Amino acid sequence: MPLPDPLTDQHRYISNASQDVQEMLETIGVDSIDRLFETIPDDVKLKELLDIPGPWSEIESRRWFRALASTNKTAVDHLSFLGGGSYLHYQPACIDQLLLRAEFLTSYTPYQPEVSQGTLQSIFEYQTHQCLLTGLDVANASLYDGSTGLCEAVLLAERVVRNRKKVVIAKSVHPQYTETVRTYIQNLGYEIVEVGWTDDGRIDTAALREACTNEVFAVAVQSPNFLGVIEDYDAVAEIANAAGAVKIAVIAEATSLGILTPPGEHGFDIAVGEGQAWGIPTQYGGPFVGFMVVKDALKRHMPGRLVGETVDVDGRRAYVLTLATREQHIRRGKATSNICTNEALIALAANIYLSLMGKAGLREVGQQCVQKAAYLRNKLHNTASIELPFDGPVYNEFVVRTPFPAAQILADLEHEKILGGIPLGQFYDGHDNDFLVAVTELHTREHLDQFVSALTSAVSS
Amino acid sequence: MTTIEKNSVGLIFEHSKRGRRGYRLPALDVPETDALPASLMRSEIADEVEVSEVDVIRHFTRLSKLNVSIDAGLYPLGSCTMKHNPRLNEEIARTPGFALSHPLQPDHQVQGNLSLLWHIEQTLMEIFGMPRVTLQPVAGAHGELTGILMVHKALAKSGNARKYILIPDSAHGTNPASAAFAGYQIKELKSNSRGTVDIDTLAAAVTEDVAALMITVPNTLGVFESDIKRFADILHEKGAYLYCDGANLNSFVGIARPGDMGIDVIHSNLHKTFSTPHGGGGPGAGPVGVSKKLVPFLPTPTVERREDGTFYLDHSHPDSIGRVRAFNGNFNVLVRALTYMRSMGPDGLRRIAQIAVLNANYIRARLRGSYHLPYDAPSLHEVVFSDKLQTAKDVHTLDIAKRLMDYGFHPPTIYFPLIVAGALMIEPTESEPKEELDAFCDAMIAIARECEERPELVRSAPHTTPVRRLDEARAARQPILRWKR
Amino acid sequence: MTPEDSRYAKSHEYVHPEAGDVAVIGITDYAQKELGDVVFVELPAVGTELELGDEFGSIESVKAVSELFSPVSGEVIEINEALNDKPELVNTDPYGDGWMMKMRLSIPEEVDELMTAEEYEEYVEKESGH
Repeated sequence: MPLPDPLTDQHRYISNASQDVQEMLETIGVDSIDRLFETIPDDVKLKELLDIPGPWSEIESRRWFRALASTNKTAVDHLSFLGGGSYLHYQPACIDQLLLRAEFLTSYTPYQPEVSQGTLQSIFEYQTHQCLLTGLDVANASLYDGSTGLCEAVLLAERVVRNRKKVVIAKSVHPQYTETVRTYIQNLGYEIVEVGWTDDGRIDTAALREACTNEVFAVAVQSPNFLGVIEDYDAVAEIANAAGAVKIAVIAEATSLGILTPPGEHGFDIAVGEGQAWGIPTQYGGPFVGFMVVKDALKRHMPGRLVGETVDVDGRRAYVLTLATREQHIRRGKATSNICTNEALIALAANIYLSLMGKAGLREVGQQCVQKAAYLRNKLHNTASIELPFDGPVYNEFVVRTPFPAAQILADLEHEKILGGIPLGQFYDGHDNDFLVAVTELHTREHLDQFVSALTSAVSS
Repeated sequence: MTTIEKNSVGLIFEHSKRGRRGYRLPALDVPETDALPASLMRSEIADEVEVSEVDVIRHFTRLSKLNVSIDAGLYPLGSCTMKHNPRLNEEIARTPGFALSHPLQPDHQVQGNLSLLWHIEQTLMEIFGMPRVTLQPVAGAHGELTGILMVHKALAKSGNARKYILIPDSAHGTNPASAAFAGYQIKELKSNSRGTVDIDTLAAAVTEDVAALMITVPNTLGVFESDIKRFADILHEKGAYLYCDGANLNSFVGIARPGDMGIDVIHSNLHKTFSTPHGGGGPGAGPVGVSKKLVPFLPTPTVERREDGTFYLDHSHPDSIGRVRAFNGNFNVLVRALTYMRSMGPDGLRRIAQIAVLNANYIRARLRGSYHLPYDAPSLHEVVFSDKLQTAKDVHTLDIAKRLMDYGFHPPTIYFPLIVAGALMIEPTESEPKEELDAFCDAMIAIARECEERPELVRSAPHTTPVRRLDEARAARQPILRWKR
Repeated sequence: MTPEDSRYAKSHEYVHPEAGDVAVIGITDYAQKELGDVVFVELPAVGTELELGDEFGSIESVKAVSELFSPVSGEVIEINEALNDKPELVNTDPYGDGWMMKMRLSIPEEVDELMTAEEYEEYVEKESGH
């Protein structure tokens, strides 16, 4: 296919066309655009167009992408009980409307505060929400997600403690989070020590005590954990304190903070986690939003952007990125992190959610999750062949066990247009008959009854 | 001139009034029980907000009016590629079948998603001229870390991971930060008088202890490293790798391919070159293309296509560096980018580079009489000026940037790259119409004249923004990082 | 302007000898001017042993951070806690209230190797003159 002539070619996203191009070439003083590319060696210049589809009109794009999306089997037309670190919650209509405002969607990092007060102030408010929810002192503007957030927390802890090489991570922390930490630390000489759980699904405190030697710089637990069980923060804190280790609380279900006692009230040093449950759709895993909140003493070790309050030259209250010497653009190789672009727009969505739901709504969402999950648990508890293997306290997610491989049961449920849960066997050996079930405020009593009925059929057939 | 509202918008916590509600949930339809022990339950969060939906819409609408944005006008930040964000991308990403898909669903339930991921990888492979691309990294810096971890593993597998990464002094700060995260020490390479990497300096620096060179192509001055293939040869001869920071891909997409230049690993920023919105600082995506040598080390899982045309996630990569993030990367950012790639097609992608370079050189031609051009070398899609001519009147880059706001423009990147004192780094992108470029140049020329005739006006700028010259020292000395009652 | 009774390092730290083998260390007026508004100073713990040239801390302005290098060898016996709340003292009074740390010198002869006030002023003129 011959190369198009830049003088006559045009595209709807590229304003300048033939008249403009000619005028501009004249001003520059060259006779063709090709002359502007002379620094690229001829032997690497392409002589043909790339072999890729397009250009498509919006009409063709809509046809193709919609067809693709319609082949998915999702919560669009299935009843979903999927959790495992990504949850289906109520998404207020306001969020998208506000997110699509040009001034939020298409603006850049607020390096010039005079023309970015909208972004800066909303981040400041979001930082405040996170402090209120976690009970800790200083929150950053966002990290990529819960898994990389845990990585950053582990690296922060090592910087603070120094001269220790081991980090204890509960086996019931989201397995993909721990996998990510393994990747991040693979060349840094640190070691992950995993501690399992006891019958109730909570961390094995005896094993934890044994693991927490003076070589350990941090302890990380998730609550509610990957099995859905709420951990005993105090028990963990006491053991970690005795070892002088930094205490990291991981939260994968952010709405749990609306009703459960937060890590800050139990002396934890760092709360890190995933904000997706705050009004963000599941989107096959991203974009999500990681959060990190720390005790005041740790703020100069924080990764990510921080917005602070100050005044301008006329004494007006104003907001600005601050403590920037921690960051890569100034500290370069010695920065607290390499993070630059984060998840600002998703953090804004979460911020809007938190503002709309507010004091009462955050609690009510938490309450409904607890009650509906309890209702489902009670019904399943009384059903033959269905076992709830962990009896520790839960928020909105729990493990179900049947005499059959989870894959088989879930396939039967899929036939009934129910996405029944997440098989645990892919994460933990010896758990092939277990799967995770998540309940939220979106489930009606009828939905829950439907699930029980379908599951009962599946195990009895 | 864009007007920016001058209202001061109070904090949402200051608007909170007891009893207000911004939501409603359906009534609880299951019996209420003592499901949770009281010891696990928190009390109501005393300082959280109580506001109506009206309050929230009004609050965030007012906040938004305090921002400038690309939709409103040119945003010439160098190396950020602030191009138009097509609205079709937003619509497609919101297709319920994509938005409501769950990351842990089994492959057979999400064939639409996996097909899309496969297609975007294929397209990026063609754009890069490289055999495989990982879609997991969610930002450029994340991609950098991923790339350097792969290099480390590849070298470790051959017996010696080596100690150093070479990085030019013109590089973006994420480069050394990422290299340090991956466990390497950095050796800085001094740029030559053209602002590029000096080939003799490089040759001397590449020892058997060097794992890779990280360069930006074109560099942060917008200058193409014409010796790039020779750099690759020097590095490959010593068993080292060539990493390319693809932040500036907008200047040569469709014109040349990194894979043909001997580059072993490159990350691209989908929120730059491929039009996904910046959103005030993300989300992004940083897919990484690799040469054949590095394929075994790609993050796990990868997306594969079977002969029958179905797709699956492949977790069986024994030499993989591992997972760099939970789930599947920023899927819905990838959706937006693929929508864009299809909207552009092969000719559109090529035109991006052509017009991006044309636009930047137009600005260069119009401004070079008024501002000092520290490096004479031809530049592609961005141009770096300095304040050297203006410092004679004690006016500096910061002042010029602030004065531009009065003319309704977001300033260019300032004080970067570090090798130029008082740098003003301008990247218009291909979206900008000539009249916007002219308005920008007219403003810059007017400011240059003001620096001569009324320097105090520039030094005390901005005059028309909602807030002016913030006390950043105070913000750092006495950090107030949240609202307190 | 530059105090005569102190000595100066090329990296712009000063050493002000006191009684015994104790010396006060800080940064010069030229250095604080170059940095701009100081927002944070990171100092070593009391008791730290330093050798000449060791990095002993860092000093931050809003947009930059500089390492601090020990101009002499010895033990840190006191640090200026006032800088925690008022880092700007480094700007307003670098040779007085903006002092950073006191050291007990282990090799007092090292002080004689440093520049005098006159030599330092010449050095600064050359550095900034380009």
